[in-house]
Amino acid sequence: MNKMNRDQMAQRVARDIPEGAYVNLGIGLPTLVANHLPADREVLLHTENGLLGMGPAPEKGQEDWDLINAGKQPVTALPGAAYFHHADSFAMMRGGHLDICVLGAFQVSVKGDLANWHTGAPDAIPAVGGAMDLAIGAKQVFVMMDLLTKTGSSKLVETCSYPLTGVGCVSRVYSDLAVFDIKKDGVYASDVVDGLSFDELQRLCGVPLRKA
Amino acid sequence: MINKIVASVAEALAGVKDGSTILVGGFGTAGLPNALIDGLIEQGAKDLVVVNNNAGNGYTGLAALLQTGRVRKVICSFPRQTDSYVFDELYRAKKIELELVPQGNLAERIRAAGAGVGAFYTPTGFGTLLAEGKETRHINGRDYVLEYPIHGDVALISAYKGDRWGNLTYRKTARNFGPIMATAARMAIAQVHETVELGELDPEAVVTPGIFVKRVVAVGAQANAQQAA
Repeated sequence: MNKMNRDQMAQRVARDIPEGAYVNLGIGLPTLVANHLPADREVLLHTENGLLGMGPAPEKGQEDWDLINAGKQPVTALPGAAYFHHADSFAMMRGGHLDICVLGAFQVSVKGDLANWHTGAPDAIPAVGGAMDLAIGAKQVFVMMDLLTKTGSSKLVETCSYPLTGVGCVSRVYSDLAVFDIKKDGVYASDVVDGLSFDELQRLCGVPLRKA
Repeated sequence: MINKIVASVAEALAGVKDGSTILVGGFGTAGLPNALIDGLIEQGAKDLVVVNNNAGNGYTGLAALLQTGRVRKVICSFPRQTDSYVFDELYRAKKIELELVPQGNLAERIRAAGAGVGAFYTPTGFGTLLAEGKETRHINGRDYVLEYPIHGDVALISAYKGDRWGNLTYRKTARNFGPIMATAARMAIAQVHETVELGELDPEAVVTPGIFVKRVVAVGAQANAQQAA
């Protein structure tokens, strides 16, 4: 089968982000989506540390350490950008003003529960950041993840075994093997990669799927 | 004549008491008031509760304060970072208490304190470990968790320009927690790049009105520009 690589996954997500959308891209894999947004489409990127209209990384030597993203890397501000404090920034999420956020995940359940902040390991130092706010805040929550773990078990699960980030919050999962829409009456699979049959995908997931 | 500008960092931190809750601005190193934190280490107050988004980077600033052993508890959203060596070690040795709060709830709890709100219902964290044992309520079809304000005895923040009435402007994403922390503490202390005459700050551009600020100290641009390690 033709598994999608990280850039192909990012490109696939970017395709579904419409003109005029206010979008927050999570740390890690979702950050790549910014590289694939078409230049002729106006999309405003939000970073929760207080900037709307985030631009690309500055050229080397032009870094301003007062101007960073949520991953604490230097960024730029586009013409038309706005700065704001943290309470306003999270009001943009919680208040339902943000259209889309794209997050990574350890697990997503068939009910749309998300686990992406804590493995629950006893020696792990827990850190949550803005993950829980983003999970419940954006109008649509997209998840980008490999469908299978390194040992081959599905990250799309009946019930999350990792501690939850949010309950019933994920609307769509973009994986390296297929796209899954999480709806009230089930999980709909589409965009299954070449060389992988629906039945084989169903077997890999181990949760009931419907054809979109 | 009102003059909130003080001549030195030591003067800015005079009187901070043992057992205080200290709200510390900054996200990572952007907006972290390093000069004031160094001043607090010098001042010597102990048994502190520190509220910041993170729990220190490297061995300077907040990490240096933690290393003195004078911080009893940290309230933050994201302690674990690639260079949070000091916190990690204290936490694993059970020498420091951690209250982990989702970032938006942290911001709103601080805002609520400054705005005189007794408590509020938030959807963030519902159904998760971080809401365990907390009151919940179903309102108009959605589930919420009751969260309480976080009041500070002192706020240490980093701003761009300040005047003698305490009006402040900020610089780019270094603004982050500064404006809400200034409102939530009995004594907000701001380090600024420079102090300016009354009237030099455009009233339309003032982010923190002086009513929220008790002391302002100029530390220069250099001390404010925090380059990541």
